[in-house]
Amino acid sequence: MNLIALSWNYIKAKPLNMLLNMLLMGLGIAIILVLILLSSQLEDNLSKNKKGIDLVVGAKGSPLQLILANVYHIDFPTGNIKLEEAKALSRNRLIAQTIPLALGDNYRGFRIVGTNHDYVKLYEAQVAEGELWKNNLDVVVGANVAEKLKSKIGDKFYGAHGLSVADMDHDEMSYHIVGILEKNNSVIDNLILTNIESVWAVHEHDEEHEDEHGIPQIGSAYTSGFPDGDEDAEITSMLIKFRSPMGAVTLPRMINSQTNMQAASPAFETQRLFSLLGIGVDLLKAFAAIIIIIAGLSIFISLYNALKDRKYDLAIMRSLGASKTKLFIHVILEGVIITVLGGILGFLLGHGLTEFLAGLYEKSDDIGLTGLVFVNQEFLVILISVGIGILASLIPAINAYKTDISEVLAKE
Amino acid sequence: MIIIDNLSFGYSNHKILSIPHLEVKESEHLLVLGSSGSGKTTLLHILGGLLAPKQGKVTIGETDLYRLSGTQRDKYRGQNIGLVFQKAHLITALSVQDNLLLAQYLAGMAQDKGRVKEVLEELGLGEKRKKSVRELSQGEQQRVTIARALLNRPRVILADEPTASLDDKNAEKVINLLKSQAEHYKASLLIATHDQRVKDRFELQLNLATV
Repeated sequence: MNLIALSWNYIKAKPLNMLLNMLLMGLGIAIILVLILLSSQLEDNLSKNKKGIDLVVGAKGSPLQLILANVYHIDFPTGNIKLEEAKALSRNRLIAQTIPLALGDNYRGFRIVGTNHDYVKLYEAQVAEGELWKNNLDVVVGANVAEKLKSKIGDKFYGAHGLSVADMDHDEMSYHIVGILEKNNSVIDNLILTNIESVWAVHEHDEEHEDEHGIPQIGSAYTSGFPDGDEDAEITSMLIKFRSPMGAVTLPRMINSQTNMQAASPAFETQRLFSLLGIGVDLLKAFAAIIIIIAGLSIFISLYNALKDRKYDLAIMRSLGASKTKLFIHVILEGVIITVLGGILGFLLGHGLTEFLAGLYEKSDDIGLTGLVFVNQEFLVILISVGIGILASLIPAINAYKTDISEVLAKE
Repeated sequence: MIIIDNLSFGYSNHKILSIPHLEVKESEHLLVLGSSGSGKTTLLHILGGLLAPKQGKVTIGETDLYRLSGTQRDKYRGQNIGLVFQKAHLITALSVQDNLLLAQYLAGMAQDKGRVKEVLEELGLGEKRKKSVRELSQGEQQRVTIARALLNRPRVILADEPTASLDDKNAEKVINLLKSQAEHYKASLLIATHDQRVKDRFELQLNLATV
């Protein structure tokens, strides 16, 4: 027998009360944990993928769409921009680096991105097998792509027009896998990378037809910079890194007002996205906090009522040698045991629910959503909940501490 | 052994009772008589260290009870004073055995299941060890509280109206047990009662009405 066993026996003597309090506490904690897990993973993911990109320049349209399409590869592009214009802009002295992107095709739902080796360096991706592309129509696939499609070096495939599955195939030109990237936990895992000229070639099949059976042609700018294109050549967008913070001040305004292109900042747009989502998340968090507070209140009420009936028990324990402090701890422990059990329940429920939700949403693998990770904030939530448990049992515990043994025993 | 010196205390509605000197030796039994409201319970609580007197000294063995700090007194009580009340206040959330183990734990003694079994068997409750307290009859419950009071081999046993809510047969049993066990443990026994059935069983009597 010890204080924990004693408190536990009292809790066990009222199982329904315990269940209600535990469920309330568990539910509140679970909701908060789900929100924390989802938003922290999403935020993590979004910030990792926009690292090193100060500005995205593309066709006019929604700036958020521009970012989603060209940085996160989830939305459709806003359109195309002229290669010449892009090249001209890239010579601006405020710009340190530009990476051109050409989107438009997919293979079984994985986007084919025309770009150069700088893009791979931007995400610090490593080659697991083979090498990066050099020739037109050579591709390198991300780790998730390779895993899902069971791709090997040397495989050939036809891209499909558009960015989602089941569009028309370009069955004239086949891509050729020359490399597979290591898993990088960024958006690059889900991409198929190639030269910009390859993307052009697939679309302009009339002119390039003779190349199909010919010798592979080396790309004109596969490591860095812009490919050689005619005056009609277009790309989808370019990712820009500033040379100095001054760029952030003048470039977007200059591009938006003086060119046919649009500039959008990933940092600003994701922040905007989060502030939109944030209202909902905050509302749900407040709701969960209210549940936790009600759980605390419920623990308080059941302890308070129970202790009214237990005054004699407490007096007897004192007469058996228990000090005031022991009784105080005994009552606090009751609140703490219930909240800790509720916390464990909430922890399991929260992670289980997140994993379940991640399983429901097929894109969650791409984003890397899972219920099996731990975030530091969780410990804080559980700590606060235990704090609420202590707070809820504080007044009953003080009453227990102050029990006047003689008076209680004389009143029988 | 328990000694009272110059004790004076207030009880119901500010009546004051004074006891200049009283000594109950080892193995001695004292019956404290008086109608309800005569201060019996208050006196017993003072002797048990549950309630500080207005003035005076209570010594058990060598220890001046009210010189101890609150926590020390709680512990001293747990180890040296066995208390029995009119109603059997047992912890209903616990089994018979756990009630007794709790008494050892709260008094800061080693928890000894063998000792618990021994005491329960002495009181004819060996069978009920694992039972929930709720399953026992009134008489059995009162016997468990006696077992609990004896468990830590106290020097003093204080019983406040131990027979008041029992029928003749059980009252007889409880008094016999208290007497024999107090003798067995060489403890001083004080019983406060207004129960006529108990009166003739004790030689040494203190009538509070005449103090």
